[in-house]
Amino acid sequence: MSLVGARVLRKEDPRLLTGQGTFVDDIQPVGCLHAAFVMSSCAHAELVSIDARAALAMPGVVGVWTAADFLDYPDLPGGLPELERPALARNRVRFAGEPLAVVVAESRYQVADAVAAVEVEYQELDSVTDVTLAAGPDAPLLFEHHGSNVITKVPMLDDLERELERCDQRAHLRLVNQRCAAVPIEASACLADWGVEGLTLWATFQAPHHLRNYLATWLDLPQNLCRVIAPDVGGGFGAKIPWYPELFIAPLLSKWLRRPVKFTQTRSEAMVQMTHGRDQVHDVDVGFDNDGRIKALRFIISQNLGAYPDPTGLGLAVLTSWMAAGCYDIAKVATSFRTVVTNTTPVAAYRGAGRPEAAYSIERMVDLVALRTGLDPAEVRRRNFISPKAFPYKTHNDPVVYDSGDFPQALAECLRLVDYEEVRRRQAATRNDPDAPLIGVGLSCWLEIAGFGPNGSLEGFGHLASWESAQVRIHPDGSAVVFAGSSPHGQGHETTFAQIASDELGIPFDRISVRFGDTATVIQGIGTMGSRGVPTSGSAVKMASVTVLGRAKKIAAHLLEAAEEDLEVLDNAFSVRGTPGKKVSWGDVAWASFQPLRLPEELSAGSLEERLFMESPNFSYPSGAYACVVEIDRRTGRITIDKMVLIDDCGTVINPLLAEGQVHGGVAQGIAQALFEQVVFDPDSGQPQTTNLIDYLVPSAPDLPDYVAGRITTLCPNNPLGAKGIGESGAVGAPAAVVNAVLDALSGFGVEHLDMPVTSEKVWHVLQGGQQ
Amino acid sequence: MSTQEWTKAVTVTVNGRRETREVEHRTLLVHLLREQLRLTGTHIGCDTSNCGACTVILDGAAVKSCTVLAVQAHGHEVTTVEGLSGPFDGLSAVQEGFRQEHGLQCGYCTPGMLMASTALLSEQPDPSPEQVRHALEGNICRCTGYEMIVRSVRWAAEHSDGATP
Ligand code: FES
Ligand code: FES
Repeated sequence: MSLVGARVLRKEDPRLLTGQGTFVDDIQPVGCLHAAFVMSSCAHAELVSIDARAALAMPGVVGVWTAADFLDYPDLPGGLPELERPALARNRVRFAGEPLAVVVAESRYQVADAVAAVEVEYQELDSVTDVTLAAGPDAPLLFEHHGSNVITKVPMLDDLERELERCDQRAHLRLVNQRCAAVPIEASACLADWGVEGLTLWATFQAPHHLRNYLATWLDLPQNLCRVIAPDVGGGFGAKIPWYPELFIAPLLSKWLRRPVKFTQTRSEAMVQMTHGRDQVHDVDVGFDNDGRIKALRFIISQNLGAYPDPTGLGLAVLTSWMAAGCYDIAKVATSFRTVVTNTTPVAAYRGAGRPEAAYSIERMVDLVALRTGLDPAEVRRRNFISPKAFPYKTHNDPVVYDSGDFPQALAECLRLVDYEEVRRRQAATRNDPDAPLIGVGLSCWLEIAGFGPNGSLEGFGHLASWESAQVRIHPDGSAVVFAGSSPHGQGHETTFAQIASDELGIPFDRISVRFGDTATVIQGIGTMGSRGVPTSGSAVKMASVTVLGRAKKIAAHLLEAAEEDLEVLDNAFSVRGTPGKKVSWGDVAWASFQPLRLPEELSAGSLEERLFMESPNFSYPSGAYACVVEIDRRTGRITIDKMVLIDDCGTVINPLLAEGQVHGGVAQGIAQALFEQVVFDPDSGQPQTTNLIDYLVPSAPDLPDYVAGRITTLCPNNPLGAKGIGESGAVGAPAAVVNAVLDALSGFGVEHLDMPVTSEKVWHVLQGGQQ
Repeated sequence: MSTQEWTKAVTVTVNGRRETREVEHRTLLVHLLREQLRLTGTHIGCDTSNCGACTVILDGAAVKSCTVLAVQAHGHEVTTVEGLSGPFDGLSAVQEGFRQEHGLQCGYCTPGMLMASTALLSEQPDPSPEQVRHALEGNICRCTGYEMIVRSVRWAAEHSDGATP
């Protein structure tokens, strides 16, 4: 029976359910010191002085270090020349919360006391937090030597003005994709222990090898002495890929102090220090005919980078521009973007990273076309879809060739499950009833780019390469261990990769372990991001398993004195087809594989092991159709999600239970972006206003609906599993469905657009007939 | 001031064992559990009592252990995730429910969710999905989107046989 596709319970659960998981802060070595940062209280300032005398005199305090103590070390890696981020702010601070000094003490309470006792004197400078203002002529500059806050700029060759004019109609929206915080429930944490045999760094991180490679270089330490371990990781969502000061500073402190040094970030610190996501402003123009056919699309993107350009942050707008046209066949598409620094927390990947922004805007524009033409939004989508026969589909950008999909089918399935006609009927019937809630239904036919694996695709974000590695090893008793290059943070790799290996090897699921996250045991790895776990890492596991099985068959054939072609693997044994009883167990084959005297000539001892670096010829393109039904209270503006239907196409599904979990989690974050979440800075002072979970509204259980999840399947031709990836889909697809639903409910009130988060307050203003 | 004036011996019954430790007056229960008793299953996810990752059961009621001083727990009974057990291969019905219905992904919020759910079921053995959502209002999960957590608790309700959840 095939395990791929089966609802298999997770291998990782028993430990996580009994308190036996190992998160960084759970590791408590004897003699461990605690480090914490003094953070800038200004958004933009010259540093005048840092006075640590009082702190140094406090009980348990070991020391205080500032930028001056790290002059022998470079700035944090991966930045642009002249625009790098220093490990600790040097002379100039560029965002509130930027670390200025690091304090070390014997206990976490003592270090917190001491941090509060460090006195910092600033000379404040004007600050700017808004991307449009920052790009303007009079903005205060973050990097004077650069001459502008605009860091990169990719103009369009043709602004499509003529095409837009030629259409029956044209429409424009400025869409703000607000800044969000990833908020993994485990904030940043690391533990460094630098002893005579080198450094071990435990870090809650999505890409431990990536960190090892850069950290060793930064420390000028050979990689054999630099071990990075990502143990159990409490969520990441993109915010555990960037370089944070603690990852570099804690190792040095451990070296200097000859003791283990731990850093655990508080939530208040995390809200300003962990990278944020989104924060794009789009100016979108569409030209369309009265029949709803969209002929031209102009899509201009401004990306707020925060205070320092992060390598991923710089790439977000590229991904948005690639995916600007979504699942539509639009004759003329032009995109351009600029990236801009501001006095805010740096921006990098957050679940979806550039694609939710694209999907949201194009799906809002399609609804606007429906509104202007008087056509049903579902019909406008159908009239513009790329045909299922058009794949591989070349887009307006060369590297982007959509692999496969069936957008009409996904939409049809979605409309069926949401009972579209019935919702529309109810909506019409209650529209003029002042006591009934307003009903709205919103669609989102989204498409994203995932499976980051093609050569060059991650190098641009500062990674070593884009393959993913797997190593499959058979023990002498016929059990197996799989070493995976990508290390998870909740995705369930231990389960899905064991399912894949079990199917290929014919070894029972329970006799396969999956290991990852340790640079001392896993040969190389890139990381878990960009919905690449199954398409790249899973495919690597599959192909390495295929090779190992091939060799095992040779050994089995040799032992059975049979022809390889006649063997089949059944019930953990190799048997000769048609000759019942002539068989040898996997355990016997594995045992023999270590005994040269029992091996066929072409094999040597230990050959039941294979390592493989999986490259992909192209990306994958997960897609889907989501529908949201909302009810709005006419008196209060309160929005309730009545129904959320999710049709996903992620190609091959390894484990439907885990795939559904990924969709739910992503959708929850998408709904949260649509309705609740927004990182806010005071526009005058640059002070962050959302520095805890009271001001930043991460939804809890009563705030979110049940989901109706369904699926269609078109296979991805670009990897041996046919999988497209599922980790980010929900976050890509959900926001537009929710916002479209709210605006649909408000369609009688003369409002064409509301920016996220669409709060009850904004809706209430519309209902009052005022401007929002 | 000498450290003596800042510290106090507290005795807490944790998972059925009486434990006495010297703590600072300001030591939070969660730190007593995690750092002095080495029960690291109870997690910390915030510093404003909003996330619920630190939820434990104190004298039968779910509390956020980051909001309780260790000295306040003196003489009381605390159950942490390490103290749950039951008929499902050693797991309680709630733990097994989370496994069966995929109520956890990264597992960081999970101990808090388990303890809040356990406290709910001991008061209300057959809660509706809405009641489950309401009871877990103080616990944030960033991974699951909650529906599978609700299903997990319902699974436990259906498999508890009236015994301790
Ligand atoms: S740690 Fe967040 S509520 Fe206790
Ligand atoms: S499972 Fe990750 S936060 Fe809940």
